Order: sequence, then C-alpha cells, then structure tokens
Amino acid sequence: MSTPVLQIAGLRVEFPGLLRTVKAVRGINLTVTGGTVMGLVGESGSGKSMTAMAALGLIPKPGVVHGSVKVDGFEVVGRRDAELAPLRGGEAAMIFQNPMKALNPFFTVGEQMTDAIRCHLPFDKKAAIKAAIAALESVHLPDPTFTLDKYPHQMSGGQIQRVMIAMALACQPKVLIADEPTTALDVTVQAQIISLLRELVATQDRTILFITHDLGVVASLCDNVAVMYAGEIVETGSVVDVFADPKHPYTQKLMNTVPRLGAGDQNLNFIPGQVPDMGFPPKGCAFHPRCDQADDKCAASAPDYMIFNNDHKAACHRLDEAP
Amino acid sequence: MTSAAPLMSVEGLSKVFHTRHGDVNAVDGVSFDVGSGETVALVGESGCGKSTVAMTLLGLEDRSDGIVRINGVEDGADEKSRQKHLGTNLSIVFQNPYASLNPKMKIRDVIAEPLTTAFGLRGKALNERIIKLLADVGLGPEHLKRYPHEFSGGQRQRIAIARALALEPKLLILDEPTAALDVSVQAQVLKLLRDLQDELGLSYLFISHDLATVEYLSRRVMVMYLGRIVETGLVGDVFANPAHPYTRALLDSVPSIDPALRDNLKTLAGEIPSPLNRPKGCAFAPRCYFAEDKCSQSSPNLEPAGQDRDVACFYPIKSTETER
Amino acid sequence: MSILETSDEVPTLAWRVKAKAFAANNKLFVVGATGFLFILLCAIFAPLIAPYAPDKIDFSARLQGPSWAHWMGTEKFGRDILSRVIYGAQTSLIIGTAVTFIAILIGAPIGIIAGYFGGRLDTLLMRVSDVFLAFPPLLLPIAITAALGSGLGNAMFAIAVSWFPWYARITRAAVLRIRTEPYINAARAMGVSHTRIMWRHVLPNSLTPIIVQGSMDFGFTILAAASLSFIGLGATPPMIEWGLMAATSRSMFLDAWWTVLFPGMAIFFTVLCVNLVGDGVRDVLDPKHGIKE
Repeated sequence: MSTPVLQIAGLRVEFPGLLRTVKAVRGINLTVTGGTVMGLVGESGSGKSMTAMAALGLIPKPGVVHGSVKVDGFEVVGRRDAELAPLRGGEAAMIFQNPMKALNPFFTVGEQMTDAIRCHLPFDKKAAIKAAIAALESVHLPDPTFTLDKYPHQMSGGQIQRVMIAMALACQPKVLIADEPTTALDVTVQAQIISLLRELVATQDRTILFITHDLGVVASLCDNVAVMYAGEIVETGSVVDVFADPKHPYTQKLMNTVPRLGAGDQNLNFIPGQVPDMGFPPKGCAFHPRCDQADDKCAASAPDYMIFNNDHKAACHRLDEAP
Repeated sequence: MTSAAPLMSVEGLSKVFHTRHGDVNAVDGVSFDVGSGETVALVGESGCGKSTVAMTLLGLEDRSDGIVRINGVEDGADEKSRQKHLGTNLSIVFQNPYASLNPKMKIRDVIAEPLTTAFGLRGKALNERIIKLLADVGLGPEHLKRYPHEFSGGQRQRIAIARALALEPKLLILDEPTAALDVSVQAQVLKLLRDLQDELGLSYLFISHDLATVEYLSRRVMVMYLGRIVETGLVGDVFANPAHPYTRALLDSVPSIDPALRDNLKTLAGEIPSPLNRPKGCAFAPRCYFAEDKCSQSSPNLEPAGQDRDVACFYPIKSTETER
Repeated sequence: MSILETSDEVPTLAWRVKAKAFAANNKLFVVGATGFLFILLCAIFAPLIAPYAPDKIDFSARLQGPSWAHWMGTEKFGRDILSRVIYGAQTSLIIGTAVTFIAILIGAPIGIIAGYFGGRLDTLLMRVSDVFLAFPPLLLPIAITAALGSGLGNAMFAIAVSWFPWYARITRAAVLRIRTEPYINAARAMGVSHTRIMWRHVLPNSLTPIIVQGSMDFGFTILAAASLSFIGLGATPPMIEWGLMAATSRSMFLDAWWTVLFPGMAIFFTVLCVNLVGDGVRDVLDPKHGIKE
C-alpha cells in the first residue's frame, strides 16, 4: 500500500502583523504514504508544529494559509470550520505534547472517548463503549472497562497519552498527526509509547505524521524524515538514507550536536548563533548565517533540491559543487 | 576519589511530605559525596526525588533528616543558619530559563542582586564584576539594560548561570539545565558548563533525566528510583555495565540516533508506583525481570559491588550478562 | 558607568508603532482616553475655560434654561452650571485618585504579606478583610461617614477603607501565583531576604492586576463619592461637586431639569471614560490580552 494519504504542496503559513509578517512556514512540499511514519524534525520556531496545525485547518485567526493540504484527497486549505468538522478527529486525528492538558478534568475517560467516537461514527452508546474498550485494548491499557470510569487526574502521563492515542485511533483516521507526543514523558514511558506506535503501524497499517525535535525518536520510529529549518524543509528522505549520509549542513550539524550515549568523552559540536527571527528570515539559504560552508552564492539565492538515490533530497548550494 | 574530606558530603538525607493522603517519602536516606572539581550526576525519572534533593540541600525545603557537611563542617538546623553556612558555597541553575528570571528585572539587576546581598558590592566594583560575569558566559555589556524577554532560551540560561556564579560558589547544582532548550542550543550550554568547570574548578551536582548529557558532563553517576539511590559508580562503567536492573532499563529506553539499532530499544513494563504506597521490599521489584521472592519481602541496601560501584539489588546483573 | 548608559537601544519608533497598533485595535480605549484627557484638561484649565466664576451668584438669572449665555443653564442662585460642571471635574478627579491610592496603599501590602507568608497570618489578615467585604457596597462608607461626621475628607477615607479588601484579595491571589515561580526560589537560593524578595520580585510582578483593578475602580470611587454627596454625607455646600450639585437641585428636577441633568451627565461621562481606559489598561498589561506585534 503506497497511496499518498497526506499531501502538502507549496504550503505557506504567515501571520501578518503591523510591524512585520511572521513567515512560519515558507513553501513546503511533503507527502506521507499510507502505512508509513513520517518524522518532521526541527527546533522550536522551525515551523513544524504550524505545519501540523495547517494540516487540520487549525491555524489561529490572524494566520493566513496558502498552498494545498490534502488529507486522503480532501483539500483542507480554504475550508470553513464547519466543513472541516468531519475531518478533525475523523479522517485526521491529532495527539498533543502535553497529555495532562488534553483531556477535560471534569469528565471520565469513557465519557470523553464515547463522545468523540459518536461525533464521527454512527454508533449508539453501547457500540461506542465497545469501540472505546477495543481501542483501549489496542493501546495495552490494563483493564479497559475499569479505565473508562477513571478521571484524568487518576492516571499517569503515560497512561493518558495511551488514552489519547486510543481516542485518536478509535475513529479510524486516515492519518494520525502526533505533535511531540513523547516530549513531556519520561524516557521509560517514551520507549513504551514509541514501541506502541511502532506496533500499531505494523499491525494496523496506520499512517503517522510524527513531529519532534528528538533525532533519536525519529531514528527509532520513523520510516521517512523531513528536516525543517526556518519554515522550509532542508532535507528529506528515508530515515536510513538521511541518518547514514546526511547531505545538508544543518542536518549534519544537528546530528553532531546530540550527545550520544556510549560515545564516552566526546567533543560536542554546536551550531553557533540563534534560530532566525521569522519576521525577517535571512535572504538566500536561510541557514547561511550559521553555516561554516556558506559563501556569497548562499547569501544571494535560495538553493534548489538536489536529488540523491531513493528520493533523498537536500537543498544546499554546496551540493552542486561536490563531484 | 581523594582521601581528604570531600567538598560536600550528604548523609542519610530524607524528606517526608505530609499530604492529605498520607506521608510521602520523597527522599529516603540518600547519602553521597561530591569531590572538589568533580561532576556528580543524579539521574532518575520524574517523581524519583532528584529535584527534592536539590531543594533540601539549598534549604528551600526543610529536610526531615540527614546531615550535610561542606568541607567537613556540618550545617545548621534551620533555614536561616543553613543559608548562612552554605552561604556562597552552593548555588543553583534551574531547569526553565523562561521562569527562573524575574521578568520585571533588567539583566544588570538580576546579576547584581546576589552580589549586593552576599558581598555588599556597590558602585564601580559592582559594575565591573557584573560585566566580568556576563563575559564569562559569553554575553556582552550591551545586554545589561535589557529584560529577560528580549533573550532567547540559550541566552537566558547563560544569564541564569552568570547569576549562579555571582556567589562564587564551589558547588553548583544544575537542575536539568538544558531540558528546556533546543538541541543546538543545548550543546552550547553544555560546553559552556564544561569550560567554566575547567576554568573555575567548580564542582557540579548535575540533576538530569537525559543519560547522554549525563555521560557528556559527569564523572560519577547516581541513579535514583522512588526516593532512593539504587546504583552509583563512574559514568563510563555504570553505563557500559549497569548492575541494577533499573539502570539497565533506563539505558535500554534511550532511543539511539542510529536507525539500524532501533530494535535495541527495550521497554520496561508497568508504571512508576505512587510514592504513597511504596511497594514492599525493593521498590523496583514489581517491574523487574530478575525479581525473585526475596525482592518483594525485604529491601536491599546500597552496598559495594566492585570497584567504585555501589548497588542496591539482591541479584545485580553481572557484567557478562550486559551485552548492549 | 558609560557602558551602562549607552546600551539603551530600544528605538522610540518601535514604541510609537506599537502604540499606533494598539490604538487601531482598541478604538473604545481611544474614545475613553480622549474623553478622559478632555476632562483632565477641563480640570487643570478650569479658570481659563469656564465662562463665569463658578460661585458668582446672580439672582437676576435664576433657574434659566440652556441658552447661548448659559449653555447648561443656571441654578437657583443664578450660578452658571457649565462653569460649575467644569470646576467639578477638579474635585472628582482628586477624589478618584486619592481614594484609589489610599485603598491600594492599605490593601496591597496586606495582600503581599498574607500571600507570601501564608499560614495563620494569611488567615487572620484575609478574614479581617472579609468582614469589610460582607457589607453592601455603599452601606459601610455611609456608616463610617455617619460616625465620623459628614465632609468630603471623611467620605473619601470611608470609601477607601471599605474598598481596600478588594486590593488585598487581588494582590494575594497574584502573590500566591508568583510565590511558586522559579525566580522566587532562585532569589531565596541566593540568600536574598524576604523583605527584598517581596519588594523586588513579588511586588513588581503582582502590580498588573492591581493597576488594572485600580483603573476600573477609579470610576466607582467617583461615583461612590458623588452618591455620598448626594445623600448629604460627602461634600458640603461651598465645594463644587457634581453629586452635591445634583442633590441641591433635586427638588426642582421637574421644573428645571438642566440643574440635575448636566451634573449627572458629567458623572456618567467621566465614569464611562474612566472605565473604557481601565479596559484598555488591562489589555496592555494583561499578557493574555497582550499586543501582537
């Protein structure tokens, strides 16, 4: 199965202001095929979360969205909220970084799950409860019937994140968008969630757009990866290709800045400078002010993608010159 | 370890919180030393009590039991005398640089505050010291009149470090100093901390849940689980050959940056128990693959297990079993 | 020192642009601020603007309706109402400012001490404040003024005393939130004293809700003072005060409506403008309503 489930083309997200227009996403193309996990990596301010929000038409008010986002062929950009209601939580579900704040503390897990299910599927109450129990079982929560009667504060962060995943998957979405779902969790819990997601992809053929800043999580979960910097995708390809042979200087540097476990007394590299102000992104290649390989060309014009084997692409002027 | 008295020595530190639901032993008889110029890491997951250790050491929380000695001298019993004694020996850098700087104070005043309180510096001497401290962390005098919100996360953490250094501490407690920062900035701050240690001969108590940064910065590591230390030793040894099953589980949970190694990611079953009903015997036993009957009946003490290594486990993993 | 002096590089232009952006998004604030500025100018330049002396008695012009000579008419002693309304602005603004300040000066320290130290001290201070809040809004000032004797000074004091618990409460709520902030812990870890922490860390960060509440209450205090004057407990005759003006003319309201209407309108207009400004101040200072650049 390799049909494109999520297609993003020429997506731009801008927040016009009186002083400046913040260009959060600056023309990205991304395709997530069915049954795969796409990792969208970047630092804060790279536009990765805005891309996720745009995929569900959730960009807040002053924001302007250009380009196209298609979920299973359905165009999201330019739709009104009412038209998007069946999409959100139905065709495309989202899970968030802070699981503790994602559930309403005044209702039980069961009430919130059945509500969500009945919003999108023509189930009566009994069938919805059944579906909820099945969903909770699939995320390996012990004693699902008991869990339904619990309030969010009676559960741990890891358990709630499992509930959120169960809730998101209960309506059989075409794509699951996960925005840093493991960042707020402890390492052992993160490992549990990663292996759960891996299992769901393998056994249920799920499609996931996984947004994170953690390269280790990408390496252990995703099939493909897109690296974002300053609102653009600088490099994309299969995880194996990109991690084995990163082409873009930013990807290379990012990988070198991560302290590796078991590497002993290593010399840690870092990227000098700061992430640019997206009100005034640098001209040319956005990374050139922080890149040690940059020359005049990099400051003058934005680079095109160079394509390597297996759809591994990177946008850098220096790659043209390499033999 | 040096034979002389360590810079800081902690003995039987305990903290009990009295809550509506019962008493919580957040920290339960923790003992350790930090040598001069040494970095000791305190590792564990949220709720294991590692931050409470920091708070009690600083006197921000009263401790229920235990003795803290600095350079062999025992500190006082109440917060006031404790702060007087610890005085400028101890300082802290907090996790979130967005919250640990008063948003209504200019950077100059942020750094000046400890200098005036602790040393009574005024006027020219004060300004020179402030500029020197900022220079030490890589910031210039042009930043003095700005407010915290005008800085990025990494710069703010530099300011917080400069403030902590203002007291001229011998020991700096680092409470997850890079957890709130982006990876590229995280590396800058880690490197700065290392350089400062080399330059000033500082000791660090490095509290973290991130094993890779622990390995980068520390010499020794202590692993905490539910208020107790379960394993200590040299970082390289412990991470290469963990003896406590929990240490091993922690290490196995860290996702590798190499996609080929993704199947090495192993998950630990279950959840951290609530400290309100701590399991009988070894607190880790209910989740432990190696647990036997004995483990759920009596609780193991932290005992020497090889060179520079202490483990609190009845059946520690032998190094031959730990092929990672 | 010179380095410290020269690094102030926040450009004034950005400030102006920000102000413009704010004004564009808050038209009601602009209306309120303009009105308030107008009242303020009236108060300051009253001797220059007022067409007549406010206390000039002219029995030949008693109870005249609005005309070109007397835009707002005259009252029973023939004094020009427009001039008296203009001079009345002075009294009202002084009342509003003074009362709000006294209430904050009493309430804020109580709230800070209660919130910062907590425990029994907190309970004691807040229960005492609650006692003041248990009275209906105007009853307590009336009782206090009645006990102290009527007069504007006593009335102002009475309103401030019955109003301070609101500031104690608001301040305490802010302090409770701030007390757990890491920067407070950081200061404590540096050995900074409690007094200094309250003064340098807690107070500046709890100021926002106090200022917002103050700007909202400004109108109320003017209204309360006018009400006390109206029922004869506030300002006394030689003074020029809107509430008092309305009170002394209330018996002839049906025959000479302008004697009551214009002072009443002045109160209404002032309180409205002040409240609009208060809303705007909240928008500026409250981060949840902050200006988007």
